[in-house]
Parts: sequence; C-alpha cells; structure tokens
Amino acid sequence: MDTEKRTQHLTERLTYIKDIFGDKQQENIRLLETKLEEFIQRENGLSVEDKFAALSTLEDLFGFVERNLENELTAMDKVRIVRHSQRICLRDILENVYDNYTEIGGKDENSIDPSMLIARAYITRRSGKRVYHQPVMVIGQEKGHGEEFRNGGSVKPWGNAKALHYMRVAETENIPVHTFVFTPGSFPVEDAPGAAQQIAKNLYEMAALSVPVVAVFSEGGSGGAEAIGLADSRLMLSHGYYSVISPEGAAAIEGRVRGGDRAGAELVEKCAHQLKITADDNVRMGYIDHKIQEPALGARPYHYEFFRSLRQEVIRATDEVVLNVKGFSPFRAMALRRRKGKSIEDLDLENIHVRWSLSRKARARLIAKRHAKFNKLSKSAFIDRRPIHRRVAAWFVEKGWDTYSYFKYDLWRSHQKKLMYAVEEVDAEARVLMDKVKGPWKKITKAIPANTSKADKEKELTMLSQWDEEDQGKGQWSYISPRAKEDRAITCPNAETHGCQDLWAPDLFGEYAGVCNSCGHHFPMEYQWYMHNIFDPGSIFEFNTEVESANPLGFEGFDLKLEQAKNKTGLKSSCTTFEARINNVKVVVATLIAPFRGGTVGAAEGEKFVQAAERAKKKRFPFISYVHGTAGIRIQEGVNGVIQMPRCTMAVRRYIDAGGLYLVLYDTNSYAGPLASFLGCSPYQFAIRSSNIGFAGPGVIKETTGMDIPPDYHRAQKALSRGHIQGIWDRRDARHNLSQALMTMGGRNLYYR
Amino acid sequence: MLDISKLLEEIKASPYEELVITAPHTGVVSFGSIKVGDRVIGATGTWGEIPGTPLATLQRERNDKIIRATQKGVVEKIHTELEGTFVEAGTELVRLRHFLSKDEVLGIILKKALYLFEAPERAKYYFAPDIDSKIKSSGSQSVTVHDGMELFIMSRMKREAPLNYSGPDGVIYAVYFQHNENIDSGAPLIGVCPPDQLSLIEDVVVRVQTEWTEQE
Repeated sequence: MDTEKRTQHLTERLTYIKDIFGDKQQENIRLLETKLEEFIQRENGLSVEDKFAALSTLEDLFGFVERNLENELTAMDKVRIVRHSQRICLRDILENVYDNYTEIGGKDENSIDPSMLIARAYITRRSGKRVYHQPVMVIGQEKGHGEEFRNGGSVKPWGNAKALHYMRVAETENIPVHTFVFTPGSFPVEDAPGAAQQIAKNLYEMAALSVPVVAVFSEGGSGGAEAIGLADSRLMLSHGYYSVISPEGAAAIEGRVRGGDRAGAELVEKCAHQLKITADDNVRMGYIDHKIQEPALGARPYHYEFFRSLRQEVIRATDEVVLNVKGFSPFRAMALRRRKGKSIEDLDLENIHVRWSLSRKARARLIAKRHAKFNKLSKSAFIDRRPIHRRVAAWFVEKGWDTYSYFKYDLWRSHQKKLMYAVEEVDAEARVLMDKVKGPWKKITKAIPANTSKADKEKELTMLSQWDEEDQGKGQWSYISPRAKEDRAITCPNAETHGCQDLWAPDLFGEYAGVCNSCGHHFPMEYQWYMHNIFDPGSIFEFNTEVESANPLGFEGFDLKLEQAKNKTGLKSSCTTFEARINNVKVVVATLIAPFRGGTVGAAEGEKFVQAAERAKKKRFPFISYVHGTAGIRIQEGVNGVIQMPRCTMAVRRYIDAGGLYLVLYDTNSYAGPLASFLGCSPYQFAIRSSNIGFAGPGVIKETTGMDIPPDYHRAQKALSRGHIQGIWDRRDARHNLSQALMTMGGRNLYYR
Repeated sequence: MLDISKLLEEIKASPYEELVITAPHTGVVSFGSIKVGDRVIGATGTWGEIPGTPLATLQRERNDKIIRATQKGVVEKIHTELEGTFVEAGTELVRLRHFLSKDEVLGIILKKALYLFEAPERAKYYFAPDIDSKIKSSGSQSVTVHDGMELFIMSRMKREAPLNYSGPDGVIYAVYFQHNENIDSGAPLIGVCPPDQLSLIEDVVVRVQTEWTEQE
C-alpha cells in the first residue's frame, strides 16, 4: 500500500473514533489527531523508508489506542458503532464470508425494497480429496454503508414479504437459510401487506420452516429484526445490539417527550444501558446462543481476519443445527464442540463435511427442536408465586390431560368418526332405495287433496315473522360501566358531520352499550363489559392467576410503576387467561387488558398466552384472543419482551397445526409487537368498530418516516380495506357474531365438531 | 340582469365577511382568554385535523363543548355580558371579521355570473366531435350551448356514453377539464355565461386579479 492510501486510511479511522465517542475521550482523540497532523506536515521531507517507518509507528499507536478505548465502550457507543456508515454490511459479508454468490430479488436501487438483500451463495469445503459446494440462501437487511436508497436497513412490508418468499424457495430446495440482521426497525407503513401483518406472517411461516436457519445479529431493532430472526441458532456480533426499541425511542417514552422534541443525550445513554441491549447481556439472558468477537471498536470492511472467523462461526452453527437433528454423527459433533482455551480457528471446520440437506424425519425433528428452544426462553423473567407442591400438582394435571385428550380425541374419536361415516353412508344409500320403493305409493297419496285448515293458511299469510327477542336482550346488559352512574351528557365526536344529539351518560354507557344511537360511533368500553356480556353468565374460569409481571432488567423506577398498575387494576399482568362458554361452546380465551400498563406484553403475558394456547390445544377448544388494547411490547423488559413475539407465534402455530381454531378480536387500540406476531398471524381477525389497528402510532410514523398521516389512518375500516382484518363487528352483536364465527370457521380438531 | 360592476363595488366597500358565531344549543357560556382584535384561525392541517382557535365554552349537563373559530379572521365583538349565563340555542356569542382573499372574491363573482356544469361521475370527458372541432378552430367562447344539447362524451373504463348539457343557455366561458384526464364527480366541466356578459366578466376578473389587495 502506498503512503497516501495509508494516511487516508488512518484519517478515516480517526473520524470513526470521533464519531463513536462524540465529546468523550477527548484526550485520546487529541493525541491521535496531533500525531497524525505532525506526520502529514513533515511527510514531504522524509525519505520513503522513513515514511514507511513513521506510518507503521502511527498505525501501531492507532491500534493501541483503539484497544484501550475498546474497554471503555458503553452500550450507547455500541449503538453508534452499529449505525456508523463504516461498519461492515451484508455486501461485505457476501464478498468475504461466502465463496461465491449471486444476488437475487433485485439489484441496488432496482429492487422492490433495496433494504432487503437476498442472495444465493455457497461455501466450499474439503473432505479428504473431495470438494463440496454447499449452497445457502442468504437473507438480510442491507445498509449499504449509508446509501440513501437502502433506507438504513429499514425494511418496508414488501421487503419482508420478499424475504419470506425466498425462505420458502430455500425450503423447496432443502438448503439452509443464513439471515443477517442489520436493521434499526421495520418501516412503519400500513400499506398492504402491512408492516405488522407481514412480520407476523414471516414469524408464523418461520415457526415451521423445515430447513436450518442461522441468524447473525448486528443491529437487531425489535420487529424488523424478528421478521428474519427466528432461527435455530442465533449468533450475535460482539459490538451489535438487539433491543425492543431504539434507546432514543425508549428515552422519549421514559422522559415523556412529545411532538418531535428529542430526549436528552444523558437519558438516552441511561436507557441504552438499562435496556441491556449488548451481545454480552443477550448471551447471558439466553436470547443469543453465541457471541462472535469483533476487532477493537467494531468490524469494518478491511478487517479480513474477522470475516474469516465469521465464516467459521456460521459454518459451525449450521453444522451444529444439522447434526443435532441428523441420526448418527458422534465424532463430527465432538469435533464441533467448543473447548476452553481454543479458538474457532483451531477447529478446522473447512475439512469436516456435513451434508446440509435434511431428510423428512430430520426436518420434523428440526422444527420440534426449534419450538422447544424458544419455549424455554424467558422463563425466569416473570414471577410465579405458586408453591412447589402446587407446581408439581399442576404438572401431573397437565400430563393427565395429555393422556385423556389422547384417548378421547385421538384414539376414540378417530374410531368413532370412522364408524359414524360408515353409518352415514349406509343411511344415505337406504334413503335413496326407500324413495324408489315408496315412489308409486307417494304418487297416489299426493293426488288426494290435503286437508289443511283455513285458519292455518290465513295465519301463515298474514303474520309477520317474529323478532328474536332472546338475542336482543332489549338493552339489558349483565355488566354496566361505572361511567353510566355519572349524571352528565356526552358529545359524540361525529356530532359536527352527522348531527348527533348529545347523549346522556347513563343511557350511552348503559342501554346503548357505548354506541351513539345516531351515527353508530363506538365509545371505548371497559374490558369487563366484554367478559360479562360476550360469554355465558357465570361460565368464566380463570387459570394461571399466579403468574405475575416482573422487572427482569431491574429497570429504574419500573418496580414502582408496576406496583401502581397492579394496585390500580387488581390484576397481576396485562394478560388474563380463562376458560368460558359461548352458547355452551367451551373456549379458551387470552385477553390483553389496556388499563394495565397499556396492555403491553412482557414475559409474564407471553407465558400466560403460550400456556393458554397449549391448554386449548390439549382440550381441543377454540382459542380466542380478545385484545381490549395493547400498546406493544413492554419496553422496560427489553428483549425479554421482544422474544415473546416468536414464542407466542410459535405457540399459535402449534395450536393451528394441531387443528385448532384461533380467532382474534380487537377492541380499542392495538399496535406494534403483539400485532406483528401472535395477533396478526391469525387467519381470522375481527375488530369491534371502536378499534384502531396498526404497527406504529401516528407520532412514531411522523418521527421515523417524516410522512404526515390522515387522522383515520389506523381505523378498523382502513385495516379492513387493506385486508389486515376479516371483518368489523358492532359491539352489541359481538356475542352473536362470535358464536356464529365458532360455528362457521376453521379447525378440524375442535371438540364440538 | 346581473350588474357585475356593481357587485364588485359592493364587495370593495366591505372587503370582509362577518361571521356570527352562535350557540349551537342551550348552556352556560364562558369565554376563555380571547379579546377583541385577536387573530383566530379555523381548522387547519391537510385533513383539517388540527382544530381551530377556541372562542368559548358552552356547558350543558356537565358536558363542556368548546366552540371554535371556523375561518381565519379577527375577533370583532365578544358578548362578554353573557359570561356565566345560560343562553338559548342561536344566541350570538362572538362576531368575527373574515377578510376576503382574491380567490374568494372571484369565487363570489363567478358563482353569481357563471353557471357551472358539473361532472356526474368520475370519468374522462370529451366534447362531442362537432363541438370539439369548433372549439379547436375558433375557441370555446364561440360555442353556444342550450338545455338538452348533446355536448360531451363520457368515457369510463372503455365504455363511452353521450352526456347532454342541462342548464341555462349561454356561451362556454371556460373549460375546466383536459383530455385524457380523469375528472372526479362533482368537479366543474365548463362554466357558462350569457353571451352579452362575456366581456364584462373578463374585465372584472382582470380587475380583481390586478387591483385586489389582500388583507390579513
């Protein structure tokens, strides 16, 4: 390398350090700056050899300072590293980690979404004298060193759809998928297929993708990361971050900053630290399987040694996943094991051959393992107050249900069904035969005029059909909102345009069930209203009441807030799960309740949801998710919350694959993570007219995309037009519609079918 | 016949509109902090989603209803004597003075002088062939229209249908649509005026464009 290039390179390294540390570490930065300037000034007077020597000293100094600074990195510094335009991006990885690749699904800006990059690549390995090319599908967000059209790796819904498409291609071709997560978050637009809905679809499909998936996290920004992050092996770069929300976003919420203002740098720094977003934190909590060490101050495109170790790590991870589900391979498995004091280079992975395509049985095992892996996560992030003997008892009860449901539904039911089908067939045959035999006799009896009474005829012609009184209830509801006790009038928000009269609160929240009797506007109602008015009276039986929300990250001030929420609502988490009946059809219901911390989902809520889905699966009950309201994933729980997205979606997938019916009913405001996972993946989603449904609220959309959005952007009607939900219900008809839905919709293994 | 010059003089004499804000229903009035001479604005934002300046609060049955300015203007009079009293529906509360802009003045004049023929549905519109050739050769103002005349062809998704003009007789003063462009239903297609007023209208429009001084 000539001196000019080397000087240029050093200048870039200096800018990088300046960018990462901002106004911290002034002394070190000044030292490097002065040394570099000194060199540049006296450069012309030096001979070539002296120049080279001086440069080498300077480079050593840079290396030394960088290694020193490495120990001082805070969480927020790492965020800045990850976002820096000099950081490695997916194209660098494709060039340096894989032996050959072809970009598919778009090239540069000529792509449906340039921020999502797909490539078919292969890795070449040698075993003895034979050479193997092992194909993989590489999927990941491309930041393109700050290229504008890459949108910073913020993927639009159709970009995620593209990723899903090529995952399916990989499944058809039976090759592993390597995903690289380089995203600050998903681009929050609602245009079809919808940011939240597409992520939900991705999660739902990845839950049963029958090829090995290895994910490498560099920048794991919440929902956007999950869209391609559900993997059998999850690796993370040592300077990366994986978080529920950007530190700035968390600071804006914590500091209650509104309307385009920015939270102070100190608060942002503190939030970054408290959210536990670094690789070490995530490995410790179990959400990441292994950390890949980067060079000091993070990998940049000229760190070729790093690419070598990254290559070894992804090969190793894929081998491990494959060998875990393959039949017999003790020696190779042993060769792959990590040993203390040995680095990845010592393993000599290039010379071990593992075939990456899987047999049908191995594919099934792979999916089962993936589900087990995610099911185990975040188990210690909530409080379970049950004493040990009750837990043991619960375990036995569960096993009992397993056996019972096996005998009742699998064994007995299938035989019973066969018998019933046979009887049906014989019956139908007999009927046709009897008709033929009886034919002549019927002709004779028809010819004789029938003796219908005149009164009957008259009644039939003059009487109107009767209104079904039982269903209507005449405005008598079993639960009346406390707001109905106030003596005051309420103005309907549509009064200007629809000319609605003021409504008297006792009428509105009592008889009218919170619905304007002029325009049909739905005022939000309490969750108790639904609990009492949708399900059969007295049929609700709550379970898992002892599972409580906790503060797993020790987020400052959150214990108090949680305590306040528990006292205010009398609930222990925002999710209540219960069994109930609707017109005598037994169902399992999981609710998200808005008054408890905005209906946010954390580890406790996720666990309750998963267990409810499991229960519904065992008992062959329909599973209803009633979302009174949810603001998203609980940010104070960090990745403990985010991980509920894949966890719960996988539970839903298991339930639906087992032949269940999963229905979602939205009520007030449902946003973000839950919608982008276990709610949005349901094939049957309905909304009460009071709902707003979306990925990000108007404020966040404005902040991240700069777009102004119309006030009705998230209304249920809009969601219906975009195809995100399947129907909109009037609140007063919710019970009837739900009952009808149970009778008409999916699920082959429901007990009442 | 309409005297357009007189109309313009009238508008010039009082270049503003008085907006009387009345109580929409009964209730107890309280005026906030507004004073006479304050500038107020109506609802703004792309979708009118940002509400206008609050003028007064009307309370009925413990239900506070904020009464807001509907247009830009200056507060001319506040009926402060009504503060805290119970008023009937329709009682005048605040009087605003809204200065007319150039477009509004033109709107008022043209609305009185012109008849606008509107598009009945969203479609592409063309003039009937004979009319079209006439307009192309000697301009739209050479065409005289009368009620029931076959004037347009309405084209929508490859279906074409003739459209008859209905309205007062006159000449086409202006054409508001272009070929190959979809026109929303309710948007004006042509403006028609009596033949003898044609030059007068043109004159007034020019005068408004050049002479009207906009006031805040």
